[in-house]
Amino acid sequence: MSLITFDPARVPTFQVAAKSLLGDTQMRKNVRHATDVIQGKRKIVVDEMPDWQQLRESGRQIKEHTLKHLDHYLQQFEENCTKAGGVVHWARDAAEARAIVIDLVKQSGSNEVIKIKSMTTEEIGLNKGLEAVGVHAYETDLAELIIQMGNDLPSHIVVPALHKNRQQIREIFKREMNLPNLGDKPADLAEAARTFLREKFLRVKTGVSGANFLIAETGGVCVTESEGNGRMCLTLPETLITIAGVEKVIPRYQDLEVFLQLLPRSATGERMNPYNSIWTGVHPTDGPRSFHIVLMDNARTKILADDEARQTLACIRCGACQNICPVYRQTGGHAYGSVYAGPIGAILTPQLQEMHSGQSLPYASSLCGACYEVCPVKINIPEVLIHLRHKVVEQDTQGFGALNPEALAMKAMAMLFTSERRFRAAQRMGRMAERPLVNKAGWVTWLPGLLGGWTQVRDLHEMPRQTFREWFEQRGATDGK
Amino acid sequence: MAYHDWDVSNRVRNYFRNFFVDATQEHRLRVSLFITCYNDTLFPDTGKAVVQVLERLGHTVVFPAGQTCCGQMHWNTGYQEEALPLLARFVSQFKDAEAVVIPSSSCVAMMREHYLKMAEKIGDKQLIADVEDLLPRVWEFSEFLTKKLGLTDVGAYFPHRVTYHASCHGLRSLGLGDGPVTLLRSVKGIQLVEIKNLEQCCGFGGTFAVKNAEVSSAMLGEKVQAILNTQAELCTACDNSCLMHIEGALHRQRTGVKTLHLAEVLAGTESGAR
Repeated sequence: MSLITFDPARVPTFQVAAKSLLGDTQMRKNVRHATDVIQGKRKIVVDEMPDWQQLRESGRQIKEHTLKHLDHYLQQFEENCTKAGGVVHWARDAAEARAIVIDLVKQSGSNEVIKIKSMTTEEIGLNKGLEAVGVHAYETDLAELIIQMGNDLPSHIVVPALHKNRQQIREIFKREMNLPNLGDKPADLAEAARTFLREKFLRVKTGVSGANFLIAETGGVCVTESEGNGRMCLTLPETLITIAGVEKVIPRYQDLEVFLQLLPRSATGERMNPYNSIWTGVHPTDGPRSFHIVLMDNARTKILADDEARQTLACIRCGACQNICPVYRQTGGHAYGSVYAGPIGAILTPQLQEMHSGQSLPYASSLCGACYEVCPVKINIPEVLIHLRHKVVEQDTQGFGALNPEALAMKAMAMLFTSERRFRAAQRMGRMAERPLVNKAGWVTWLPGLLGGWTQVRDLHEMPRQTFREWFEQRGATDGK
Repeated sequence: MAYHDWDVSNRVRNYFRNFFVDATQEHRLRVSLFITCYNDTLFPDTGKAVVQVLERLGHTVVFPAGQTCCGQMHWNTGYQEEALPLLARFVSQFKDAEAVVIPSSSCVAMMREHYLKMAEKIGDKQLIADVEDLLPRVWEFSEFLTKKLGLTDVGAYFPHRVTYHASCHGLRSLGLGDGPVTLLRSVKGIQLVEIKNLEQCCGFGGTFAVKNAEVSSAMLGEKVQAILNTQAELCTACDNSCLMHIEGALHRQRTGVKTLHLAEVLAGTESGAR
């Protein structure tokens, strides 16, 4: 069973990981196919909405408002959830959150838990933590089950096993569930998972979930899902433990009106999620007898304090930016070395790791802006990427770092651009310096050092004999200003 | 996008449209050209074409000689301090311009999306005011034609099979929409063919092409294949940065397909064959 996690200290840079993953043609085919299908479905259900842009703006504003008053809404949530019979725990970081959950599971008297798909529990490596103290976690979401049984890692926020195709999934199930005659039709695979999971739903006494939304005014928690496994995990166990990042809170019940339209249409191309569960504390005759919620910071307040990056926390984890990202679609999610892949991962991961690792991620983008255009809460991901790149450069140019080749080249270019005389001289020098590299037909097919990446698959035409400004001046029409 | 024939009604309609727009503007414009650092150095023909088109339309082009670079490469790569002086330089060179035309959507996007923030970072009140005042007069070349001058037909002749690549910054940051395509449709003799995945990034992304060369190449591979599928003789766009990247692969693969900036397509006339 899968207990591997992304270890920030040991994952390779995006460049290195991407390079090797680009060789996995089957994975790339799977990712391309799956993201094409989801995008196609999304387009239909988004285009049919006359007020989609207003909805996006509403979503953005609700999130912005909430983040500005996060302390207020979190306290309000705590108060109302407690009133309804829930127990609220606060966790500063991943380690604290894991410890609290482990403690609660032990108190529940169970050495097994059933889990709803939750990126937050992936973020803190909960399964590994539980296993270390002898508690086994069963993932009940189909894709998470595939990841767990395949000893794999999630590659997408919404569809974590998107990099696997049906045949590969059948092989995993055949092996792990001991079903030698399993077919590869979706119904066969779903039936195998259903049979495997149903027994766990009925037997295991403790459930663990994440949360899509925390409603401050009622203390309620909302989870949306497609398979119904979540409903089982939320209603059958005696003890329910939910883990959520502090940014998941929204002010009012009514705000769900906006998000329950934005989320399913953006995430899976559905008009509504098949299962939307909202529960508030505990109820004497129904559902779990005890309910705990762990509200986790884990660097989120650091992001909150950063004016230019704060919008990162508005994310509702729909994965639309991953599906449309031309970089993600080439490399798949594992290249990002984090449970949060794609454009949102490129801004979220390094910040969750407080810029101690993941510095290559803000550069894993051509800044094409497709993510911003598709984001249901209008997170300007390119803007945040550029902001984080600045932070990385600040780190990289500390002390002797200022002498790294890129920094020196950038400084030199800046020198040229701040003087017309130097710029002209550089243009002339460039033509001369380039000469040895130009072939007879007038093309450069090899470049040294940092620029070598260009000529791996591209030629470069030689510099023209005359710059534009030289031509314009020769023409005798230069206006002094 | 199918072949659009040149017909008399089109000609008449455009004549009146041009007449109307000119009349409302009262005078011919004095256009300040910001050529951009890489067009100046690597694509002088694009600049010449911009001058030709604008002069053919009756406007005057001036070239402030102290101009260099908008700062996009530094800013987008994370070297913000190095980019700041370039903002001040641009403003000092162009603040009195009647209109600034730039044949590069990514440089215009850089200005519209970041210049105000940069000026605020510098903290110079006069500079902030100047940026706010100047930005509305800054135009990408094709949008200057379509939005500022209200033209679709600039009297061009270009008898070739052409496909148009919508560069990301033009498409998403500037919202050029089908402006460039409308200009191309009015070109006499052109055979315009639409590319599949028109809105997908070509993989250039500035320093991305070097820092993540392999991913950039994979993205480029898709774009090049889509271009080849159109069987166009050449690919045009509003950004020579994308085109340099695309051209690099088209040439390496010996496809015989060329790239040409939109301005150079629009500069073609029946008398001066391009």
